[in-house]
Amino acid sequence: MASPSRTLFDKIWDTHLAAPEKTEAPGLLYVDLHLIHEVTSPQAFSELEKRGLKVRRPDLTFATLDHATPTTPRAPGSLPIYINDAAKKQVERLEDNCRRHDIRLAGWSSEDRGIVHVIGPELGLTQPGMTIVCGDSHTATHGAFGSLAFGIGTTEVGHVLATQCLLQRKPKTMRVTVDGKLPRGVGAKDMILAIIAELGAGGAAGHVIEYAGEAIEALSMEARMTVCNMSIEAGARAGLVAPDATTFDWLRGRKYAPKGAAFEAAKQRWSKLKSDPGAVFDTEVRLDASRMAPMVTWGDSPDTAVPVSATTPAAAPGKAAEALAYMGFRPGHTLLGEPVDAVFVGSCTNARLSDLREAAEIMAGRHVKSGVRMLVVPGSEAVKRAAEAEGLDAIFKTAGAEWREPGCSMCIAMNGDSGKPGELVVSTSNRNFAGRQGKGVRTVLASPATAAAAAVCGAIADPRRILEASYAQ
Amino acid sequence: MLNEPITRIASRSFTLRDANIDTDQIIPARFLTTTERGKLGEACFCDWRFNEDGSKTAHPLNGVDPDAASILVAGDNFGCGSSREHAPWALMDFGFQAVITSRAADIFKSNAAKNGLVVCEIDEASHAALLDRAGEEVEIDVIGQTVTAGNIRAEFKLEPFARTCLIEGVDPMGYILAQDEAITRFEEARAA
Ligand code: SF4
Repeated sequence: MASPSRTLFDKIWDTHLAAPEKTEAPGLLYVDLHLIHEVTSPQAFSELEKRGLKVRRPDLTFATLDHATPTTPRAPGSLPIYINDAAKKQVERLEDNCRRHDIRLAGWSSEDRGIVHVIGPELGLTQPGMTIVCGDSHTATHGAFGSLAFGIGTTEVGHVLATQCLLQRKPKTMRVTVDGKLPRGVGAKDMILAIIAELGAGGAAGHVIEYAGEAIEALSMEARMTVCNMSIEAGARAGLVAPDATTFDWLRGRKYAPKGAAFEAAKQRWSKLKSDPGAVFDTEVRLDASRMAPMVTWGDSPDTAVPVSATTPAAAPGKAAEALAYMGFRPGHTLLGEPVDAVFVGSCTNARLSDLREAAEIMAGRHVKSGVRMLVVPGSEAVKRAAEAEGLDAIFKTAGAEWREPGCSMCIAMNGDSGKPGELVVSTSNRNFAGRQGKGVRTVLASPATAAAAAVCGAIADPRRILEASYAQ
Repeated sequence: MLNEPITRIASRSFTLRDANIDTDQIIPARFLTTTERGKLGEACFCDWRFNEDGSKTAHPLNGVDPDAASILVAGDNFGCGSSREHAPWALMDFGFQAVITSRAADIFKSNAAKNGLVVCEIDEASHAALLDRAGEEVEIDVIGQTVTAGNIRAEFKLEPFARTCLIEGVDPMGYILAQDEAITRFEEARAA
């Protein structure tokens, strides 16, 4: 007999099977929210047309423009200038597909537009217990609300558009427990980089991670999103956190969240979404937050993260040596003091208001080192408005950074924002793969605070040094 | 609607030893602005194959004839990173029909299966041996789920439905559409 104790993941899974899994075929998983964007959807809509199919549930589908869109500052009402015609055509194709299929689109004229994983939660579209998919591997971000959220390919985007279902086999489960308290100056980005370094780039393949423990419970919603966002960098299918008071407080009053009595009823339901005490996970991993430090990556995979003052691996032939050679870093040396060419604060990992505040705290009263280019790209129109309302844009601009329009920007470098060959970029995004930020660009992943410290120092630096100086004053 | 069944692939191998070859390497993001299918061969591994000025690099990928060597043997954790289905599209447009590795990333595997790109995850010892024998004649038996190359014989396991789709040409979209009744029942039960 199956154990009556179930994990949070099991509970969501079990209530979303429209048809059970069989030996010879996967089950049919029903999707509550399908997020789409311009890059991974056009061929899916073409497939529907070819087969004469309609979108089954336009009401459960929501679209935005983010990946291929320019982030160059624009006067209100002026038109965006795309990197090329193909990008423009792609955006127009999505606009057209949404019109024809009656799908809500946070387009150019919408005050809701932004990076898909920033706006879903912001608008209250993302809710606990849901199944959420998007043609983008960082969809796990939404798992911060206790929803099962994962990335899919374009063929599957077509499946969901046409049937609202996906063929899925049940993944394995892993619990990552983070005990203790994060030290001052160490944040969620450092925590997830430490987790990925521990698990390895493929270490959680085939698994859904539940993040738990004192240090996770203490995180804000924004910080939980940063953690869940990068689950895929350890190979995980998804990552989630059980919803609690922090989650409910964050959701109350959001545009598409239930209102009034309906919210209270939903809260009752959501409160039951947690792993039973006796629930068994396929894999258990434990880390101690109190031992964590600001992290940076020395290689071309996110699992090459180390504390900022640690040294790179010692000289030894193999993958590490190749990665160090690509990055131009010496084996057995600290990265502190390594000169940087550009700094990027943005992406669905770290472009929410709290991230911009974290960077601004370092930048306030300081200046971007001459010769360094710094881009600050808010994750959404709403983040941009909120940041401007509290004067963060002024802090960045006064410091000599560029304050840009919302979008994926240098996270994916397909929209006009990219580094030049050989440049070293300290980036708050999620991938340091060779060429991810432009051909030949060397990417160091870090938190907003560490990125801002690098901008001020013109070199990789420990943000705690700068913060201590601020506190001392 | 049925696809072309794929039951057996025999070809010489081409090896890329690197581990963690991510989908940004397979197809850099700047090529993702396409709205069509079938034209991504040039973009496949573009930054490995071409210099800044568009001239070809010395990378072995520039010397491969995909008609003669259409089986890619690649390092561990192949296809990690972005969920872009453009990765299997690009590999297939380039001319590869199959990828043999010790482990492929989840989303990549799922995307590949839906496009008829056969992904064989084999045991580490056979994988290491195959990596050392570039240009070897390899036979992939999709029905029996075996890889044979000289004295190397390895098994792989496809997800059973992915295997059915490959060998019988079953169309997954059609398969889901056929369960319309179950989906409607599910929607009605939840609305109630
Ligand atoms: S910011 Fe980067 S990771 Fe996030 S959705 Fe955009 S391209 Fe994907």
